[in-house]
Amino acid sequence: MASTPTRDGPPPEVTEEQLAAMHDDPRFIDLKRRLFRFIVPATVGFLAWYLLYVLLSAYARDFMGIVLFGHINVALVLGLGQFVSTFGIAWAYSRYASRHYDAHADELHDEIVHGRED
Amino acid sequence: MELLAQSTDGSTRNLTLFLVVLMTLVTVFITVWGHRYTRTTTDFHSGGRNFSAWQNGFAIASDYMSAASFLGIAGTIALYGYDGFLYSIGFLVAWLVALLLVAELLRNSGRFTVADVLSYRMRQRPVRTATAVSTLSVSTFYLLAQMVGTGALIALLLGIQEGDTFMGMDADTAKIAGIVFVGLIMTFYVAFGGMKGNTWVQIFQAVILVGGAALLVFFVLMKYNFNISELLGQAATASGHGTAFLEPGQTYGVEVENDAVQTMWNKLSFLSLGLALVLGTAGLPHILIRFYTVPDAKTARRSINWAIGLIGSFYLMTLILGFGAAAIVGYDAIVSQNAAGNTAAPQLAQTVGTDFGGSIFGAVLLAIIASAAMAAILSTVSGLVIAASSSFAHDLYNNVIKRGKATEQQEVKVAKLASMGVGFVAIVLAIFAQNLNVAFLVGLAFAVAASANLPTLLLSLFWKRFNTNGALWGIYGGLVSALALVVFSPTFSGNASSLFGEGVDFAWFPLTNPALVSIPFGLVCAIVGTLSSSESNPSRFASMQVRALTGAGAERAAKH
Repeated sequence: MASTPTRDGPPPEVTEEQLAAMHDDPRFIDLKRRLFRFIVPATVGFLAWYLLYVLLSAYARDFMGIVLFGHINVALVLGLGQFVSTFGIAWAYSRYASRHYDAHADELHDEIVHGRED
Repeated sequence: MELLAQSTDGSTRNLTLFLVVLMTLVTVFITVWGHRYTRTTTDFHSGGRNFSAWQNGFAIASDYMSAASFLGIAGTIALYGYDGFLYSIGFLVAWLVALLLVAELLRNSGRFTVADVLSYRMRQRPVRTATAVSTLSVSTFYLLAQMVGTGALIALLLGIQEGDTFMGMDADTAKIAGIVFVGLIMTFYVAFGGMKGNTWVQIFQAVILVGGAALLVFFVLMKYNFNISELLGQAATASGHGTAFLEPGQTYGVEVENDAVQTMWNKLSFLSLGLALVLGTAGLPHILIRFYTVPDAKTARRSINWAIGLIGSFYLMTLILGFGAAAIVGYDAIVSQNAAGNTAAPQLAQTVGTDFGGSIFGAVLLAIIASAAMAAILSTVSGLVIAASSSFAHDLYNNVIKRGKATEQQEVKVAKLASMGVGFVAIVLAIFAQNLNVAFLVGLAFAVAASANLPTLLLSLFWKRFNTNGALWGIYGGLVSALALVVFSPTFSGNASSLFGEGVDFAWFPLTNPALVSIPFGLVCAIVGTLSSSESNPSRFASMQVRALTGAGAERAAKH
């Protein structure tokens, strides 16, 4: 079988056993680690940063009201900061995944679907 | 200064009506075209799984940006200033949960519905039933909130006031006509075009919505020479609240003088809302099933990036529109049209347009924004109808009633019938509820999604020990606690603005949004439920995780 899988057509015949067998493979454990290494700290980070923002909006209104320049205050800058961090994390994740994850996932995918190439 | 009322003479109305009808005709044409390609279950539920990243990104944005997030957020900012912005921040940051934790794994391990993933290593029938119940609840609450708003909105957009008539309709008849119109069109999109037709309709509607909003933002900013600080200053002055208008606290977490207890509840209600918004999105069924419409997990990831870009830019625009309306239209003029501020953006369009190019251009800009609002409504409600009918046909009909033995043709037929049923029920409920204040239903839909769907979804993807019992406890626990807490909150009874009005008081739960309690409660239920049952299926978990992370064995795109 060719090693480049076609994208069209019905799902390839992969048995539960073939899938489960890969679970304890060191390369799959490495793949999991690669995924978690990004998503765990990123999730903790953005949730903490969002929660901080919500708490400041509720309990630190004097601080949020400090005017930085013109009519721009801390609340607006922090709010826009949430937009910037959301865009930034989404971009960073895509970059991380395409550099450190996708090729490894594809390799295991092809091996499960087409068998080990000898 | 009753702008809409005063100058929505025949010509403006006709122009608005013309644009809305034109847009509807284009979408009907797209749907009829999509009908030719909707035969299999993969076509109906997932549009053939061949959409590209940008296409799905636009459709996701269209699903997500409802009239509530366009007119609602702009209106809240126009009336209460900064607080409206808090809503859009929660709505946007929430996408990171979907991007990092859910989308790709869901795409790889499921087929058509959320229940496919949840029931993967569980006993099928009870888990699918529970997931279908929560999917139908979330979709119905959300749908009802949109439909009820729609009726009033159409009357407003066409400028029909109380005691006024248009084409033989008074304001009340126009409301009902609006609900019926939207109900029929959304059902038609889904029953006829399936996911394929509806996705193209949503892409088209996203372009209209974002394009219309961008046009208006351009004119507003031009008025202030693109000086946003100046715009904010004018808005603060015009609001009468001064700089407090640019700070949090005008409507969420309000500080009540000499009432520390009420102040505390208000602030906790606000935290609760903040949690529901950020954790609800990744549990909304109509959003989740969109990840099945692309060929693979990588495309699902890229489509969320498109969606985040579109949704983020759009919310930044609503910020300008809201403050623009506060500065240019003014509080009194907005409230005289609609107490909730829903007409702030259309009024802004008319005023700014008239400023720039006379009353005709004002009418044109108003008609464009009204059409954009209609596009926002239709694209969201049709997405909800698909989610509900897919879950009904695939989970309840095929896998629970027929035990997975129904043919593709049967399942598609049931899905189409279900979409008509959902449409009919939504129309009837919306007509009955049309004079109730149902804005809380959006917050409730997010709270249920965050309490019942998200914890169980994450546990099923990441926790080896998780089992049938845990999934059932988690879903029903989250769903029932969110519902019960809302019923016994000030939203339902206890004060003049409650659903039951003054004089009825059975409220004992002090927060207006249940998420702060119901999310932890749902999670604890799922964990305790799991541990109280000895069922465990480690080999199924192993195969699911390999499938989720590598994409091996995942559903493919349909052949053409």
